[in-house]
Amino acid sequence: MSGIPHDHYEPKTGAEKWLHSRLPVVGLIYDTIMIPTPKNLNWWWIWGIVLAFCLVLQIVTGIILVMHYTPHVDMAFASVEHIMRNVNGGHMIRYVHMNGASLFFVAVYIHIFRGLFYGSYKAPREITWIVGMLIYLLMMGTAFMGYVLPWGQMSFWGATVITGLFGAIPVVGEPIQTLLLGGPAVGNATLNRFFSLHYLLPFVIAGLVIVHIWAFHTTGNNNPTGVDVRKGSKEEAEKDTLPFWPYFVIKDFLGLAVVLVIFWAIVGFMPNYLGHPDNYIEANPLVTPAHIVPEWYFLPFYAILRAFTGEVWVVQIASFVTGGIVDAKFFGVLAMFGAIIAMALAPWLDTSSVRSGKYRPQFKWWFLLLIIDFFALMWLGAMPAEEPYASLSLIASAYWFGYFFVILPLLGVIEKPEAMPATIEEDFDAHYGKKSEATPAE
Amino acid sequence: MFALSGRLNWRSLVSHAEDTEGTRRDFLYYATAGAGAVTAGAAVWPLVNQMNPSADVQALSSIFVDVSGVEPGTQLTVMFLGKPVFIRHRTGAEIEKARLQDQEAEGSFPDPVARNANISDPSASAEDANRVLPSPEGEAPGAWIVQMGVCTHLGCVPLGDAGDFDGWFCPCHGSHYDLAGRIRKGPAPENLPIPPVSWDNGLTLKIG
Repeated sequence: MSGIPHDHYEPKTGAEKWLHSRLPVVGLIYDTIMIPTPKNLNWWWIWGIVLAFCLVLQIVTGIILVMHYTPHVDMAFASVEHIMRNVNGGHMIRYVHMNGASLFFVAVYIHIFRGLFYGSYKAPREITWIVGMLIYLLMMGTAFMGYVLPWGQMSFWGATVITGLFGAIPVVGEPIQTLLLGGPAVGNATLNRFFSLHYLLPFVIAGLVIVHIWAFHTTGNNNPTGVDVRKGSKEEAEKDTLPFWPYFVIKDFLGLAVVLVIFWAIVGFMPNYLGHPDNYIEANPLVTPAHIVPEWYFLPFYAILRAFTGEVWVVQIASFVTGGIVDAKFFGVLAMFGAIIAMALAPWLDTSSVRSGKYRPQFKWWFLLLIIDFFALMWLGAMPAEEPYASLSLIASAYWFGYFFVILPLLGVIEKPEAMPATIEEDFDAHYGKKSEATPAE
Repeated sequence: MFALSGRLNWRSLVSHAEDTEGTRRDFLYYATAGAGAVTAGAAVWPLVNQMNPSADVQALSSIFVDVSGVEPGTQLTVMFLGKPVFIRHRTGAEIEKARLQDQEAEGSFPDPVARNANISDPSASAEDANRVLPSPEGEAPGAWIVQMGVCTHLGCVPLGDAGDFDGWFCPCHGSHYDLAGRIRKGPAPENLPIPPVSWDNGLTLKIG
């Protein structure tokens, strides 16, 4: 499976041989978990395991919640209260599922920005990156539909606003919106289909996760130096790598344990910290809450959606050039999705031949600014739609696009990269000393 | 088939033009592929169409509302097709103010057309007279205005008696509507739409 030479599974006993010649499933699992992994991976590489844990956690708690939940506008809200009050341990399972979504997004954002800094998206890992972006999009869809299910005020009005985004598409927008809602407004039909899809999509994500792993097991992991593993021979490769099991699994589990300490503290002591009190009011189609805010993980893109109003000159030009087809509303929708597409296009926008940001003196600062920009957008997305937040949102949105469409392409041309280690082994020894050579490769 | 020709020919994957029976095989191939495409489309369409509004949802297409209890200066909100409808009984001062807003924004309305389903001309101007309901006997013209209470930006319900123009204000993304429900400021692209509405009997409104 991997392009890195390593030992493969050899069936020894008769039973093993019998099975292996019929279904080589043990070999597949063995080769997957024994994959040679660059031995210089730092702590930013633990989030893949955290993400896998989150997916399992959400699927398991979700399946349990479905056993007690009723997807009907008259009963959904009450059935969630039933889970909270009557079901044995139901409140805990629901709080885990609720906060599990937040942990999932914390992990995915760190994982994405890890990739953006160390150039994990660059050749030959474009497919890994694109599949990852698809997973991220599906996660957003799943989280959004899941948030509608408790049928609180934020559920209802969040659904109204987000499906309204599709209504902004010229010509086909309104039929698409009606198709999504199953009626002229958010109602029982909407709740039922969102429930169905919220149950389905995690399994689609699980399928894509396998493709994601398959892709980077084919190319091999990236690493903090961005230098490739030597693949000339098994002996050479073993100087740069260690098998995933047990070395990285144990390390990742330690990382996961620390993350879970914080997670359980939040679930146990402040389970509603990341939620909105308005969602404990049952959905009311006649009253919009005074301040609709999406969940925190949507805020950066929500800020971009709101930033482009009719007064912005770019919007006016777009409207003029397209003869009014792209109005302010549609432009906002395009900008929001465009912000994610910009990330997905990073492999082709980044012209630098150096993979890791560690050796790119100018890139480092622009990247730091991108992180600050991300948090600024997150903060702005939670603020009311008025000055000075509107202007600040516009500046922050402009930097997001500027980073991907101007800075990444230009830096590759003007930046002078620093000296890199020739091999992963050299980088590793510089950190931990030569004694590492004694490490058994088993 | 490759073995006979001795080389890999892409055409030979789908076509047998070199074979003696070529024409007939080609025909069968395209006929099968065509029938397959039509069948797939026919099978998928019901799976998509089931998501469109069901018959019971479509059946709720008109409602009757008794508005005799709605005093001037107040607003009644009713549900129509799952969405709120604002029925506003305007006071004399409000009618006057709405007419003034006609002049102050003359030619600079973000959405210059009436958006009134009761006027057949879609390019009718957004002036107050084109937005209000014909008044019942004994009331000043422009006393009643009926519009969908759904912000044209992303569908929130605007708040009454609010905003910079004393009309409606959408709390979601800050759209301001004036006393005639016209968008004046903020991200919403259109005036609040006016559904088909008429007086049915005395002070009863038929909406839809």
